[in-house]
Amino acid sequence: MSEKAASLNQDRIEYLEKLVAQARTAAAVFTQSRQEDVDRIVKAMVLAGMEKAQYLARMAVEETKLGVVEDKAIKNMVATEFVYNYVKDKPTVGVIREFPERGMVEVAEPIGVILSMTPITNPTSTVLFKCIMAIKTRNAAIFSPHPMAWKCCAEAVKIMYETAVKHGAPEGVFSCLESHSLEDNDFLMHHKDIGLIDATGGPGVVKAAYSSGKPALGVGAGNTPVYLEKSADLNMAVVDIITSKTFDNGTICASEQTVVIDDEIYDTVLKKFEELGAHICNQKESELLGRTVIDPQTGYMQPMAVGQKAGSIAKFIGLSVKPKTKLLIAPIQGVGREHPLSAEKLFPVLAVYRAKSVDEALKVCVDVNHAGGLGHTAVIFSNNDAVIQKFGDVINAGRIIVNSPGSIGALGGVYNDMVPTFSFGCGTGGGNSTTDNVNVYHYLNIKRVARRTQAHMWFRVPNQIYFNMNAVENLRGFQSRSTLIVTNPFLEQMGHLDIVKRYVPKETQVRTLLIPDAEPCATVVMQGVEALNSYKADQIIALGGGSVIDAAKIMKLKYESPQADLEELAAPFLDLRKRVVQYPTEKVNHARLIAISTTSGTGSEVTPFAVLSDKERGRKVTLADYSLTPDVAIVDPQFVMSMPKGLTVDTGVDCLTHALEAGVSIFASPYTDSNAMQAVRMTFRYLPIAVESPKDEEARSMMHNAACIAAIAFSNASVGVNHALAHSFGAHFGVPHGRANALMLPHVIAYNAAVPTKFMPSPNQRAYVAHKKYAMMADLLGLGGTTVEEKVQALIGATEKLLDQLGVPKSIAELGISKEEFEKAMPALIEHAFDDPSWRSNPRMPLMKELGELFWAAYYGRGPAKAGEKSQKQTA
Amino acid sequence: MATIADWMKVDGGHVADALREAVNKMGAADGEMVLDFSGVERVDAKAVTALEELAVKAKEKSVRIVLRGVNVGIYKVLKLARLDREFGFLN
Repeated sequence: MSEKAASLNQDRIEYLEKLVAQARTAAAVFTQSRQEDVDRIVKAMVLAGMEKAQYLARMAVEETKLGVVEDKAIKNMVATEFVYNYVKDKPTVGVIREFPERGMVEVAEPIGVILSMTPITNPTSTVLFKCIMAIKTRNAAIFSPHPMAWKCCAEAVKIMYETAVKHGAPEGVFSCLESHSLEDNDFLMHHKDIGLIDATGGPGVVKAAYSSGKPALGVGAGNTPVYLEKSADLNMAVVDIITSKTFDNGTICASEQTVVIDDEIYDTVLKKFEELGAHICNQKESELLGRTVIDPQTGYMQPMAVGQKAGSIAKFIGLSVKPKTKLLIAPIQGVGREHPLSAEKLFPVLAVYRAKSVDEALKVCVDVNHAGGLGHTAVIFSNNDAVIQKFGDVINAGRIIVNSPGSIGALGGVYNDMVPTFSFGCGTGGGNSTTDNVNVYHYLNIKRVARRTQAHMWFRVPNQIYFNMNAVENLRGFQSRSTLIVTNPFLEQMGHLDIVKRYVPKETQVRTLLIPDAEPCATVVMQGVEALNSYKADQIIALGGGSVIDAAKIMKLKYESPQADLEELAAPFLDLRKRVVQYPTEKVNHARLIAISTTSGTGSEVTPFAVLSDKERGRKVTLADYSLTPDVAIVDPQFVMSMPKGLTVDTGVDCLTHALEAGVSIFASPYTDSNAMQAVRMTFRYLPIAVESPKDEEARSMMHNAACIAAIAFSNASVGVNHALAHSFGAHFGVPHGRANALMLPHVIAYNAAVPTKFMPSPNQRAYVAHKKYAMMADLLGLGGTTVEEKVQALIGATEKLLDQLGVPKSIAELGISKEEFEKAMPALIEHAFDDPSWRSNPRMPLMKELGELFWAAYYGRGPAKAGEKSQKQTA
Repeated sequence: MATIADWMKVDGGHVADALREAVNKMGAADGEMVLDFSGVERVDAKAVTALEELAVKAKEKSVRIVLRGVNVGIYKVLKLARLDREFGFLN
């Protein structure tokens, strides 16, 4: 209990506890009500409020001595009829909004008990409004009115309560404190069963509400600047301002406070004000007014002036004005404490300022806005869209009212389509939690019921793929004015370049760029771009392995979109579809990229990836985007017939790893599965033959196709943890990619086939299926076994056997790397493997500890001979 | 501890009355009373107040009150009114 509440006596505490308990029960019971129940009750309450509008208005004016009966009656009607018009069709029970395309619905949950504080300025209308909101949302409310408006508020609560209960609301749904004290408020604000404090009133009550630690809607004071710009309809503006500022004697906190008028129209505007019943104060009168109605100590308005008529204020301070004067207008020369009338004035006194320019006018409006009006309301009269836009930009107000009266405009539903309210959220500028016109949705907890949705998948491949022996002849069909062939000196010596040139149409101007046989760096790429530009090439033929084709992909990117920032495009991403950095779509050049692969492994001829070597920083940068995918792929085995044995093994195992990883990837789909499975089958069958009998055309052709097919699979399903391990290990110890993959492969299959320590989030998969996919591959290979476990073991065994047959080292240790050296490298190996994006599509999320275990498993090697040592190390 | 199990079906149309009747019927001591709510669709504020009174009385008499067949809507009402801990529940 707080210090203030501690001074309450036991009887008072019991009384307050009873109010809360009764409200809590009512709120609990109310949760059973249906939409039609609350709508029926709300309608009855609205009709009762309308019927009693004048009665309550009279009571309010009599009790508070503020405002105008007629206007308060209108306010009571707006608070009922206009609010009803807004809420009547709004669902507030059960499902309130549906988003079928997103698989989501929003469901309303009542708050429970709301502590509702209401102001002196708009007492009964605020009560009516808050009662309707509470019932519409199935909440109970305890009202704590301003002490000087207690009777009228209690009467309004009683009318609402009796009507509500009569039509089915639970007993105890509303109550009103029998008297008022700060201690009562403090006790209730800190009560555990109060779910929300809705405080409308002065800064004190709003601050107390927010300081309570409870969820609160605290809406308070404003200071509305008005910009009357020269393009405005002046007659309309003057009438609107008078209507608004005199409405209920200016007690609505959204009413106009300072009107900033363009110099060109200033005199005309003041004349119009005068003609319509305003008194324009001279300098002496303005000073007197400022000294009297604004407290010089605090800078706030004097309570005696609030809600009084202009004539009464004039009389009080000794101003001589015409009878029936509606408004006192006082010119000011600035904003701030030295210009007291620039403060909020909830009475019919309006400050005016003559601005020499739009810029000055906006600045003065900003000053007024910051002098107590942040987040509340601002008004502009203008027909200049640019000025209106600028005003909206620079003014911090939840409601920026255009060409309409501020007070009635801000209430919503009369002059505009804003939500009708009697609580203006002022955002953080006003120390509030919202800038909204407070409405039924602020009285609800909105729950989102989100169904599982499947991410959109894709299957993207080059437009054309030509394969089998002499597929290169298809180059004849590609018309080009200027073609650049990118290849390396070795392939030129081999005579491959000549073969390619032979099939390029004769009318094509062909140039050749020889680049080093290594991962391309920026210098090489820019040489290529320069050549493309100087030859104005419309076609690039990349003849080579992964390095050459990757180089050509990046050359094309920079040639077509010179603004592409490779560093930025290499930024990491988790999901290709949601990546922050987008590849350029604007192109200054266009060139067709034809990729002719001369190795059977990377499959770069069909992938959307390219690796760039960043020599300066000693690292590799991977670019990934489907725009990098070559337009045409030529998979002609004549270019791989003379691949040396070592390269055949390394690239072949790389191909197998692509297929195995794509097969179990979380992005695998039936489209990629068909490719992955076929590539696994072809590699197991033809890789040993291609290695043993390099001149076997069928084996070479099938392996060349297998590499391309596996690449199609992983281009769309991605790879997995095997690649992450291999990238890290290969880079650290300078081991070729294919061999590094091979050393990890059996261990990774076993790892992925086991029950994961951590599952990888994967909306497109309904169960963990990696072990079943491996079993499916084992079936395809005819490895036997009856259970999934047996089949997985058979696949691991077959993979080990294949690697043995290919002469792949059994372990990292066999490469001559000492245990000490490996142990020393382990932290960096794990760190780099974990940073590698490849594992993000692995079916099992690797823990860093597990990455270490996999590295050690690969270190000790595959096969039964190493099993004892392996398990010993893992146990240790 | 002697266990006396009383059983009473609560009429969905007159929940508060039925609960008051249950208070009157409550056994002497150390017993259990099962109130069958399977026919009750909704409760009003009066019924909740009657349940509060019943809970107080049951505590005085060391009688355990078990509510049978309470639907989830009413269960939530009891939860929000902080009455769920006063009763046992039987599906």
